[in-house]
Amino acid sequence: MDQILFYAAAALAIGSALVVIGQRNPIYSAFALIVTLCSLSVIFGLLGSPFIAALQVIVYAGAIMVLFLFVLMLLNVESEQQAAGRGGRALGAIAVALVALLVAQAGAVLARVEPGPAPAFDASTRRMAEILFSPQFLYVFEATSILILAALVGSIALAKKDL
Amino acid sequence: MTPSPLVQELILAAIKVALLIGALQGLFSLMTWIERRVLAFMQFRLGPNRTGPFGILQPIADGIKLFFKEELMPAAANKWAFLAAPVLAVTMSFLAVAVLPYGPPFRLPSWGFLPEWLQGRELQLQIATLDVGLLFVFAITALGVYGVVLAGWAANNKYSLLGGLRSAAQMFSYELALGLSFVGVIMLAGSFQINDIVSSQASRAGGWFLGWNAFVQFPAFLVYFAAATAEVARTPFDLPEGETELVAGFHTEYSSMRFALIQMAEYVNMITVAALATNLFLGGWHSGIPGVPSEGLPGFLFWGGKLAVLLFVFIWLRGTLPRFRYDQLMHFGWKVLIPVAAVWILVTATGVALAGR
Repeated sequence: MDQILFYAAAALAIGSALVVIGQRNPIYSAFALIVTLCSLSVIFGLLGSPFIAALQVIVYAGAIMVLFLFVLMLLNVESEQQAAGRGGRALGAIAVALVALLVAQAGAVLARVEPGPAPAFDASTRRMAEILFSPQFLYVFEATSILILAALVGSIALAKKDL
Repeated sequence: MTPSPLVQELILAAIKVALLIGALQGLFSLMTWIERRVLAFMQFRLGPNRTGPFGILQPIADGIKLFFKEELMPAAANKWAFLAAPVLAVTMSFLAVAVLPYGPPFRLPSWGFLPEWLQGRELQLQIATLDVGLLFVFAITALGVYGVVLAGWAANNKYSLLGGLRSAAQMFSYELALGLSFVGVIMLAGSFQINDIVSSQASRAGGWFLGWNAFVQFPAFLVYFAAATAEVARTPFDLPEGETELVAGFHTEYSSMRFALIQMAEYVNMITVAALATNLFLGGWHSGIPGVPSEGLPGFLFWGGKLAVLLFVFIWLRGTLPRFRYDQLMHFGWKVLIPVAAVWILVTATGVALAGR
């Protein structure tokens, strides 16, 4: 059951990720990205971490992608009609070669690894909170919060000339 | 032959899903009639009273009418997105209900016609009991925005687009206040699970209704109710479809059954937020009076009664309040509701820390 769900979610994630980069219409790309993020959330859920799964949908698929779509719709971005020129083609060829190299390396690594069940890990909400607020990660966690706060203040200061 | 436990669970889940979707659709059509009747009485009119006794068959007549109407699609519309948007909206509205309990656990009697594995089995009146139930509802609400945005964009009509953008802005502004209003409730219950939150309220104040979160967490309840009303775009927050400015907002170009689907999504969303308020703030299926039973059928009736009261309040608000202006809406969401919710979280956190939990 879990395996069926995993393969379905994985296939959906990869398929929609391909649509994200293959589509010429940015709105379709954005919606495909939402599908990718939701299928990743299903995989998090299958890994026994419903908390991360829910956050993935709330933060990425919900909040961030709504802003993306908002901007795309407000600017009414036209879909890309022109095919890439010669320089674009050369770049494309390099990119394909690099991706092929990456896939080959990943395959080589995967061939060496013995498949087996993941080590048992308690990923409940309580355990997550305990880890995040333990002395090991507390500083990093709070520093990230302050960084985000600074970014917020900065963006407001930039957007609004006279406060 | 007894099916394996997995198959048993799947069969039960399928039955529950079918029953719940049926019940929601019934409630949706009933609500359209009740809303029109109650609004009419509030405005000294009669409302639809001709089809069947008291006009109760009006929803069926409306359904038949919508079914036979011509379905129009603007020539410049984006075909697939236009067709998919109402389906997306309805799917998301039904998904959120999956984790809400709608009554106390219930034991099947040993009726002879039931298969053996069902006799005396305890059933949860809930499709899925999730560890992160509340977060799931929140995630689905966040995705619910896309149905509206897509509908507004796909029609390729400026009124639709403006309506869709307005809804998106309104929904994600009020989602913050909505999320913050939950935090105090979660801290008191110590769990994201909706069942735990319901039972945590029953044990407080000796089982009296004063222990419910609606009283203990009164400011959070107010913030929740205001934010939820805005989230489902009901008056006074129904700017996304402000007729005077936007014709009908994001569903301007929808007709026939697709229009009905969008209406259904809106009503089911309203039922969802009312059901969530029942569970989180009004003690769920508990009677609130010590000695009055809240197990089995009475519990289910208490739950339904609280839901009905909240749904009536939504209609009542629509009958009495004028619509906000858009800047007032944003001001109220960002500068009133969110600070109030944040201060209340601090108060609750202090209380929980002092109580030593």
